[in-house]
Amino acid sequence: MTAPSSSSSEPRDKANWAQPVDALRVRTMPLAAVNLNVGGRHLVGPLQGFGPLYHKRYRVRLAGVDVSPSSVIQIWRQNFASFWPRGNYFYAPITGIAPGEVALLNLASPVGVQLSTGIMVIYADDTCFTFMNPEGHMFAAMITFSAHTDDEGVTVVQVEPLLRSNDPFWELVMRVDGYKREDRFWQATLRSLAAHFGSDAEVETTITCLDPHYQWSGIKNIWHNAAIRSGLYTMLRPALLAKRWLARRRL
Amino acid sequence: MMPANATFELRRATDTTSVIVIRGEVTAFAESQLMDAYNRATGEGAQAIILNFAGLDYMNSSGIGLLVTLLIRANRAKVRLIAVELKEHYRHIFELTRLNEAIRIFDTEADALAALPAF
Repeated sequence: MTAPSSSSSEPRDKANWAQPVDALRVRTMPLAAVNLNVGGRHLVGPLQGFGPLYHKRYRVRLAGVDVSPSSVIQIWRQNFASFWPRGNYFYAPITGIAPGEVALLNLASPVGVQLSTGIMVIYADDTCFTFMNPEGHMFAAMITFSAHTDDEGVTVVQVEPLLRSNDPFWELVMRVDGYKREDRFWQATLRSLAAHFGSDAEVETTITCLDPHYQWSGIKNIWHNAAIRSGLYTMLRPALLAKRWLARRRL
Repeated sequence: MMPANATFELRRATDTTSVIVIRGEVTAFAESQLMDAYNRATGEGAQAIILNFAGLDYMNSSGIGLLVTLLIRANRAKVRLIAVELKEHYRHIFELTRLNEAIRIFDTEADALAALPAF
């Protein structure tokens, strides 16, 4: 095999990547969205976090469907939220899923409260895009959504999280039901996407544990735990609103 | 699947250090070649592996995922992974994904080799 030549010009992938950020900034805030655990937070990936590291792959083959990988990704990027299971909200940035954009998520969480969290788009091109999460999210993860053509010429669509639970609280929740919920979430998303293209193909799931160990340095991540903060917000909101109302009356 | 448009040339720098020279495109399609180069290096007894990115001219997010996976394998095997010759753009990607907190980065192979006994 001949070695591909390298060039000294600007890398071809430059426009596909976000710039590094110190802290996340939410530029647009839909009325219904709650930004409790995103603005000001750092990004975390599979090298941070607390629990064992998993590589998961949810995959659906769109056999019999005449659609290119880039068309699938274009539609997925434009309508990302619409393929999610009910009860979960993805507030897409105005500019869509593009490198550097931050989106707010309000999720039905395994612990009962609606979880206010978010993602940042770290990479996007014609056939794939990738999210990372802020501190406090249930996972320290990198999730890649992609499509390609397999050896038989069939378009294959997949979601590939590389993830750890973010802190001991989330690890406990994940062990009880969270990991299975996560599997069901992406399986439902891919079924919904496949149905959009007229396919009822089954979703294949493969799970590999890359590192079974805990990262004990991640214990302190619990300080940012989005479920605890979302729960406190839900409990204290009436009191905060009352306090604000009283302060206005005094003016 | 498309074939990988990348090469991973392995050479020995010292008795315990190998260099993997990466050229071309690091994407999901390069997985088996990269892992093969890593396996050959550790098979030869490498305790430290220098990834030389001078010839890297394209990397997508699956490529970064590959490097994360490689790093985890190396950590578990107590093999040190070092990156050298990263262009500014790829340094930014390492920063964005926080890979720079887990992989030591040096400007050149010589710098890495000089620093190796110290960490």
